[in-house]
Amino acid sequence: MKSRDEGLIFERSRPGKRGYSLPPLDVPEKIGIPEALRRGEIEGETEVSEVDVARHFTRLSRMNLGIEDGLYPLGSCTMKHNPRINEEMARLPGFAASHPYAPEALSQGNLALMWRLERILAELTGLARVTLTPCAGAQGELAGILMIRKALEKRGNPRKYVLIPDSAHGTNPATASFAGYQVRELSSNANGRLDLHVLEEAMTDEVAALMMTVPNTLGIFERRIGEIAEIVHRKGGFLYGDGANFNAFVGLANPGRMGIDVMHMNLHKTFSTPHGGGGPGAGPVAVAEPLVPHMPVPTIERREDGSFRLDADRPESIGRLRSFSSQFGVLVRALSYILSYGEEIGEVARNAVLNANYIRARLSDLYHLKYDAPTMHEVVFSDKRQAEHGIHNGDIAKRLMDFGFPPPTVSFPLIVPGALMIEPTETEGKPELDLFIEAMRTIAQEARENPGIFAGAPYTTPVRRVDEVRAAKNPILRWRPTR
Amino acid sequence: MKFLPSSDDERARMLAAIGVGKVEDLFEDVPEAVRTTKKPPLGRPLSEIEVRRELGSVSSRNAHARTHAHFLGAGCYHHYVPAIADQTLYREEWLSSYTPYQPEISQGTLVSIFEWQTHMALLTGMEVANASLYEGATALVEALLMASRLAKGRHRAVLSKNIHPEYRETVRTYFHNLSFELVEVDDADLAASCDAQTFAVAAQSPDFFGRVRGWNEARDAASSCGAMAVGVVAEAISLALLSPPGDAGLDIACGEARSLGVPMSYGAPALGFLACRDAHKRQMPGRLAGETVDAEGRRAFCLTLSTREQHIRREKATSNICTNQGLMALCSNVYLSLMGKAGLRETAIQCASKAEYLKEKIAAVPGFAIATDGPTFNEFAVRGPKPAREVVAALAEKGILAGVPLAPWYPERDRDFLVAVTEMNTRAEMDVYAAELARLK
Repeated sequence: MKSRDEGLIFERSRPGKRGYSLPPLDVPEKIGIPEALRRGEIEGETEVSEVDVARHFTRLSRMNLGIEDGLYPLGSCTMKHNPRINEEMARLPGFAASHPYAPEALSQGNLALMWRLERILAELTGLARVTLTPCAGAQGELAGILMIRKALEKRGNPRKYVLIPDSAHGTNPATASFAGYQVRELSSNANGRLDLHVLEEAMTDEVAALMMTVPNTLGIFERRIGEIAEIVHRKGGFLYGDGANFNAFVGLANPGRMGIDVMHMNLHKTFSTPHGGGGPGAGPVAVAEPLVPHMPVPTIERREDGSFRLDADRPESIGRLRSFSSQFGVLVRALSYILSYGEEIGEVARNAVLNANYIRARLSDLYHLKYDAPTMHEVVFSDKRQAEHGIHNGDIAKRLMDFGFPPPTVSFPLIVPGALMIEPTETEGKPELDLFIEAMRTIAQEARENPGIFAGAPYTTPVRRVDEVRAAKNPILRWRPTR
Repeated sequence: MKFLPSSDDERARMLAAIGVGKVEDLFEDVPEAVRTTKKPPLGRPLSEIEVRRELGSVSSRNAHARTHAHFLGAGCYHHYVPAIADQTLYREEWLSSYTPYQPEISQGTLVSIFEWQTHMALLTGMEVANASLYEGATALVEALLMASRLAKGRHRAVLSKNIHPEYRETVRTYFHNLSFELVEVDDADLAASCDAQTFAVAAQSPDFFGRVRGWNEARDAASSCGAMAVGVVAEAISLALLSPPGDAGLDIACGEARSLGVPMSYGAPALGFLACRDAHKRQMPGRLAGETVDAEGRRAFCLTLSTREQHIRREKATSNICTNQGLMALCSNVYLSLMGKAGLRETAIQCASKAEYLKEKIAAVPGFAIATDGPTFNEFAVRGPKPAREVVAALAEKGILAGVPLAPWYPERDRDFLVAVTEMNTRAEMDVYAAELARLK
């Protein structure tokens, strides 16, 4: 990373510069739109050369840390290596240049790919069918809860509440409320697991679903998941599994057999689509038989002659969640990744869990573990021991950047004050893990011996600590021509 | 497996450090009853050569813009993406970085988002744009929900029937469980459908049938009842030539920006956008990058106004949207920066002129007529002598993807199909198109 004031592309703009060329217009110039409906030139838009653009975006890129710069321990975000073959596959012209409304008979490749991916995801989740349409994990959650709602409506009562453990993902409560439900939070027990007595009490016949993150955001697996499902089902509710952490057990355990009725997957995490700067993602949802009629449209169906079609005519569907059919390019990447592992896909989970446990073993003498339960793919420490010296998780996060690492997740789970949530993923090897562990050990030592150093951290990044309060108080959200 | 970097020896040393004998011991919390008993039936791991062969063969079963002359639109358009846009995205610092929650290691992403926000504000004529949404239909949903917060206490949204049918279907899904009323009417009835309970009036231009309508009807209808006026744009290249929603005084602009640098890719991932007036910015959902300073007083950027978001407000959040379309927005930023003021305008003029050319050609073919009345930008409906799917199928055999039949959404318009033209279409292609139409029996 390199520090310099690169400025904005708009500030490189000079009248008359050009970065593009188009072929000459080969028909007469003719615009059949009245003047009143037209605009003049776009004032303030850029006038730059291609070299300007190339240099600007290369220099900007150097102010970012990516997964190929090293381990990216951001918990619950599953920042793993993104194989480049996936990128090339998504860019095959047959995929990238295909149009969503091309005649069905001429889109059989795309439809076959979607069918195949659906069957694989159904197999891996042990559930009946999978809708591929949701745009992201959070939209998958919404699709899942809407399907539950529809099924309950059909039985005569959509019910009022969704139960959400305090160890669940932050999007869950927002999703439940957008589906028209009130949220009731369940507190975890001292082991970081759901308390079955608390659940028994909360699980009334006014509860539509228990929305559980598996494994939860503490990186802990609910050992008694079978009993949990039974309690929920006995009262006529559904068990929703937030599958954002699917890489902890993919290929090794079966959500259908756990009693999960509906589970979304974050394809971009578990099956590696780069989500640079935040997206794109994809959030397919696997469902048990009773929810199948309610899947969003379109679904993908196979005809008797073996050809495929999109079916938008499903009267009991929750409806449409987006334009077109799916995050198609992400589906291509996911299938590419899955084919690369084949029947060995369980190795993803085995190595993710091994790596997280190694970090736990090597850091638990210096960092506090609030919950002493076995760790799955991520481990949540707290800053309790460093806080004795006045150093908190936010300080540790900033200091870690000086060692070349992005910080762990520090904003949740909310039930661990001062959380440091670390997820190494399966695509890290021991040497890289050791570098990270050494950095964390050094920081623990600094907290004891030289706590003053944290106040100014980070020191080596392109900018020093950023004033986020000022940004929110006096929001400047765009460049303006006059400035 | 090549994506798993640890050697057997390293794994053994890690297990020893943990104090267990084998990896299975780490899964003690996963009960036997829920374990997978055998390996999934996915076949052996494929090498890169085999993955390439396999997916290459699947992809070759599609007709697409490289195998056929391409005239499909209806919300997804075939525009040129300059080489540098995609190649920029391949730099790993862009490709594999995360949501810029930690600004000190994410200045590149934050600057790029800030620039994209600026481009979209300029294009829409609005004051503020956010860091992108999933795609056009969900952008309309978010725009309407935003309007409901701005016109608090009201419960009615009025939508033009000329908005993309899949956008309206999406709105219906989201509104189904919220206590809102949704009214869909012809443009002429927008004003008459408004009342004191109306929080939003939304219209699209160019509309689903390609007609350029401008924004006055929606604006006047909204202002007559104190509602928010929402402008929907499904073909963002039109913003370079047509009077934008912001200039017409609308409150919110939303839609699909994929045309600005993102490949069609069977419809997604796409690039939703949302822009609004400055006064409304605190009700805008999704992420926003803002300018500030660092500890040494230098200009710096960070995500801001995030107190509305789901990770902070949980069930009280303004939206359950979590991600944005970071890489698509980056691609689009590179595209917009490169094309700039002159390139965008020239592209739009080429689209419009070529569409006029093809329109005239088709109108001259016996049995065919233009079925969009009024001015069009780069898309129009055509009515033929027989069911549109037959026309489309016949032309596909001649190497032409001729249009999108309207029957799936409008059964009564069985003979109509939408034809879109972009800077990618050549005069020669269009001449062949018209000649093949004339040859149809």
